[in-house]
Amino acid sequence: MTAMVKAEGVHKRFGRLEVLKGISLEIQPTEVMCILGPSGSGKTTFIRCINHLEQINAGRLWVDGELVGYRQVGDTLHELPDREVARKRTEIGMVFQRFNLFGHMTALENVVEAPIRVKRTPKDIAVRSAKELLRRVGLEEKCDEYPSRLSGGQQQRVAIARALAMNPKLMLFDEPTSALDPELVGEVLEVMRGLAVDIGMTMVVVTHEIGFAREVGDVAVFMDDGVVVETGKPQEVLVNPREARTKEFLSKVL
Amino acid sequence: MATNPNYGWSTVRQYLTDPRILHGLQLTLELTAAAMVIGVVLGIVLAVMRLSPNPLVSGAAWIYIWFFRGTPVLVQILFWNYIGALYPHISIGIPLGPQFAQVNIQAWITPFIAGTLALGLNEGAYMAEIVRAGIISVDEGQTEAAHALGMSRLLTLRRIILPQAMRVIIPPTGNETISMLKTSSLVAFIALGDLLYSAQIIYAANYRTIQLLIVASIWYLICTSVLYLGQYYIERRYARGTRTQPPSALAGWMMNVTDIPFLRR
Repeated sequence: MTAMVKAEGVHKRFGRLEVLKGISLEIQPTEVMCILGPSGSGKTTFIRCINHLEQINAGRLWVDGELVGYRQVGDTLHELPDREVARKRTEIGMVFQRFNLFGHMTALENVVEAPIRVKRTPKDIAVRSAKELLRRVGLEEKCDEYPSRLSGGQQQRVAIARALAMNPKLMLFDEPTSALDPELVGEVLEVMRGLAVDIGMTMVVVTHEIGFAREVGDVAVFMDDGVVVETGKPQEVLVNPREARTKEFLSKVL
Repeated sequence: MATNPNYGWSTVRQYLTDPRILHGLQLTLELTAAAMVIGVVLGIVLAVMRLSPNPLVSGAAWIYIWFFRGTPVLVQILFWNYIGALYPHISIGIPLGPQFAQVNIQAWITPFIAGTLALGLNEGAYMAEIVRAGIISVDEGQTEAAHALGMSRLLTLRRIILPQAMRVIIPPTGNETISMLKTSSLVAFIALGDLLYSAQIIYAANYRTIQLLIVASIWYLICTSVLYLGQYYIERRYARGTRTQPPSALAGWMMNVTDIPFLRR
């Protein structure tokens, strides 16, 4: 079986600062991987590399058996043209910490935009499935609202529906609940749990929600200072960690 | 003050609808509209070029903006008017090879074309900076979200960035249009019969200088007033999805009359 995501020695630098110092990970289809770690550990940078929002400086990154953003000729990588990168990204959904809904479009318009403009889905079909997705995230009555009139939790659920509308093989979540008021965190985690349990979506989730990682995650990864410190079943990594750094982190957040 | 008989209000009323004045008014409006269309389209292209990661592309746009903002627009108007003397005709073809067509520049560059080109190309340089300000005012997360959905750079710009940049672009563009309406009177220097030039022609013959300048001013005021209204409706359209709606028509009007930039939102 091909891994959904395979990272091999991924390095990333911002100027002189080395943010990723050789990340190697594998995520199998239908698995939910939760990445935890202190801020500045490189976890957000890593998932941004998975859909080529960041270019990598060394190593290899495959999604569903295909290199992301690059073409390999001999031993060197050549960056793919904009169009090719865009095509690959249609297979990977992404949800951002700050939602990033398109402010000038209603919830429904946000969801149908990419299917209509990128996938050339006929409008009536796109609208029908968008309404179905908004219903699934519990927002069918908010179709015609602009993002500025939605709560953070509602905006994030629209953002999840928007990503799902492209029928991705893989969903990336970059701290999806970190910008939310505490009472709104639950509704977003509930939608994510539904994705994992009901449709078996492959997910990579950067999060600080230890509870979510323990209950929904199949794999937990602890990152610190640009390296993977510990990886394994959430029950092990998050309950009985082997590494001192993991223990220290958990003692601070729990 | 206004009752001073020297104003000659009856003369003003008489010339307000003089066919020569109306014809000049029409030319002023055509010139303004054409120059602004060229300016806005060129401004968008130049702004996108300026923001390109390719240094050659952004450098070319920078040089254009530097040159056209750095020379007086009057010089540019005169230059385009006399370009026929510099290049009597332009041949389209392969260098040292066959010639496909020849354009007679002297015949093609009428004063109207020269005026439109000069004002439009000059405006493009200013609009480029206005559009660029609008584009960089849109949160980077919007671009990232669009890219993550598989939208290309051009599609992202057209569907996501520009519509949201419009809120920042429109108020200064309204300024530019109003400014253009009046700057276009510089074409009097190439004897193009716009509103002001038509007034000048008339008072050169009858010496009613003040009255005809008032006639021209009244028409300029009417035109700018109509533009305020247009700007209000365009702003309202692009305010969709935002909490700050543009000021009501009347409030917008008052603000534009007092013209305090930081009060305008």
